[in-house]
Amino acid sequence: MRMENHTDLKQVRLEAQRKLKETTCRVLVCGGTGCLAGGSDKIYRRLLELAADQPRVSVEFGPEIAHTSIHKSGCHGFCEMGPLVRIEPYNYLYLKVQLSDCEEIFERTILRGQPVERLMYRQEGKLYPSQEDIPFYARQTRLVLKNCGHIDAEHIEAALAVGAYEGFEKALFEMTPAAVVQTVYDSGLRGRGGAGFLTGKKWKQVASQKETVRYVVCNGDEGDPGAFMDRSVMEGDPHRMIEGMMIAAYAVGAQEGYIYVRAEYPLAVERLKLAISQAEEMGLLGDHILGTDFSFHLHINRGAGAFVCGEGSALTASIEGKRGMPRVKPPRTVEQGLWAKPTVLNNVETFANVPMIVLHGADWYRRIGTPESPGTKAFALTGNVCHTGLIEVPMGITLREIIFDIGGGIPNGKKFKAVQIGGPSGGCLSEKQLDSKMDFDSLARIGAMIGSGGLVVMDEDSCMVEVARFFMSFTQRESCGKCVPCREGTKRMLEILERIVDGRGEPEDLELLRELADMIQSTALCGLGKSAPKPVISTLNAFEDEYIRHIRDKRCPAGVCSKLRVYKIDPALCKGCSRCARGCPAGAIQGVLKSPYSIDLNKCIRCGSCVEQCAFGAISVEK
Amino acid sequence: MLDASYYEKADEIIARYTAEERSLIPIIQDVQETYHYLPPELLGYIAQKIGITETKAFSVASFYENFSFETKGKYVIRVCDGTACHVRKAIPVLECLRKELGLSETKHTTDDLLFTVETVSCLGACGLAPAIMVNEHVHSKMTPEKAKKLLRELRAQAEQEA
Repeated sequence: MRMENHTDLKQVRLEAQRKLKETTCRVLVCGGTGCLAGGSDKIYRRLLELAADQPRVSVEFGPEIAHTSIHKSGCHGFCEMGPLVRIEPYNYLYLKVQLSDCEEIFERTILRGQPVERLMYRQEGKLYPSQEDIPFYARQTRLVLKNCGHIDAEHIEAALAVGAYEGFEKALFEMTPAAVVQTVYDSGLRGRGGAGFLTGKKWKQVASQKETVRYVVCNGDEGDPGAFMDRSVMEGDPHRMIEGMMIAAYAVGAQEGYIYVRAEYPLAVERLKLAISQAEEMGLLGDHILGTDFSFHLHINRGAGAFVCGEGSALTASIEGKRGMPRVKPPRTVEQGLWAKPTVLNNVETFANVPMIVLHGADWYRRIGTPESPGTKAFALTGNVCHTGLIEVPMGITLREIIFDIGGGIPNGKKFKAVQIGGPSGGCLSEKQLDSKMDFDSLARIGAMIGSGGLVVMDEDSCMVEVARFFMSFTQRESCGKCVPCREGTKRMLEILERIVDGRGEPEDLELLRELADMIQSTALCGLGKSAPKPVISTLNAFEDEYIRHIRDKRCPAGVCSKLRVYKIDPALCKGCSRCARGCPAGAIQGVLKSPYSIDLNKCIRCGSCVEQCAFGAISVEK
Repeated sequence: MLDASYYEKADEIIARYTAEERSLIPIIQDVQETYHYLPPELLGYIAQKIGITETKAFSVASFYENFSFETKGKYVIRVCDGTACHVRKAIPVLECLRKELGLSETKHTTDDLLFTVETVSCLGACGLAPAIMVNEHVHSKMTPEKAKKLLRELRAQAEQEA
């Protein structure tokens, strides 16, 4: 149904809310990428079948079945434990659900409201029946991700029932564009894409341009390895982000909007397309929205596999059909962005924050987080941590709280070593920095950045030099090649790092790395280049010892760098069976049968085949 | 010279968009989706149709990693080597796939055009690390053993379809 005016919108929302209330049991099967990989689509179909095929109850009249609705939701965030199924009104959360569990879930929970305890979360023997009690969720503040996993992401009615487009409604009917800009400005919202620029300031600049053709662009090119917050918003609550863009368009007087999504996110593209077409059908997008003079059209552009397109000017060039390469600024995007017109360019999470700011006001928003960085931030918590997944916390929380209280610490009894924050543009923080606050300015002071919000936890088995090499090889590969400092500089830094992990490092390499880093940071053209040395510099600052051991002793303390491994046979465990010696491709192992064997390190090619062959666990890598 | 059907298909795809520069990327994305690669002859044809030079079209197509001028396998396996997958041991999975299929860093596609193995920087499925993507389907928490099993399944599936 197309809504022609404000009254229509109110009615449609009431109707959606009424339907939601009627439902006595809602089954939400996580349809995020993670759970889909675990087969959640099959679980969804099976539960649908079960609910439909009950011979005892007719679908029209059965009090349970008729009011049972099964939805495919967006990501719940607890990806490690997927596939996830949430059942309301009990708020039970079932983890690692298998196809074979569906019947029991149906019989016990859907029909009778009883829990299936074996599928519930346990920690230290304690059972957590409801999702809200699980420490992973209980310690979060989910505002942007509030609906992710809790609504059907493929139907606009589901979003409307829980308040989607209320912020837009307020802006359109109760506020002037200038008042909307001022509210966002006063809220202190800072861009969640990395740099943390004041969103309201950007909007003000666009609104004050002479040119009246203006654009709103959403950066959904979430390319940082280890980050997937934006994907989850696009997949789980696409209307929140679209609403944010609509408010921005109204505020700055833009007529067209573009969403630029990574090619690697096909599900996000699909859900956004669906969301846009539903919004168009209902008259929320298009000409004369809800009978007003405001018109706004939204388009989707898929990325084509270039990390640098996350940079503003490269992204707009890509939408224009050109090579995605950054250009010299000024003029900035707010003055001359897409097709050289004034452009509001914000990322997914930033836009997703806007509706609630407009709805509840700047003062409400400022009460969350810190004075300089208000609001919450979504992080993708991954790597060597017990509970990986998507989290949202107030700005100003410490890393320790995130990793140990929410993430549950390090698995397998290992020790925490470092956390990589902000992807290839960020840095590695060590144990000493665990109590530092997570906000834009505190992190900048210790040489890291929030970036897009990837948090990759590393345990004692990670080699920090190898991690630095890994990031440098990433940025080097993704360098667009336009400016020399980035194109050549990252290449040279990578060569040095490769030399060090191969055991060919020289003492002067560390000085050389610092010098190159300094040069690249001060002269590269865009943010990608300028921040490329950060992973190296931050590991060099926090773990210089490890670099020195690689260079001076030709040892990798974590035992990761294969060329620096030193294998040794423990004489107490070796039975002298000769199996390793026979299997050694280099003939580096000698000994006499039934007495301990030994490895000639000069001949050893560090292939590790002896470790696999030893039946007694006598061979290990020396640390 | 390509079969005439390719040009017809290209016309059909161009008609979905407007014949101008800004449509170049979406058009060649659709072409690549159809043929699993971007036939160079077709790129020249498209350039002409939307009014840009062939060199310009080539400069754009060669810039983005997703476009390939070489044919790809029926199953494109993308091994994620993002940070989370890297620290959770993605490389042994990659090495296993390459070894099983006789591929290497320079040879990405099997001669029978069944498999292509590539690496990607991040699939955004970090909670499931290490992850790989086969065409559009993500497989989680991979190990070399699971990778071997997956190859067997894909081969069986391909035989069935053949």
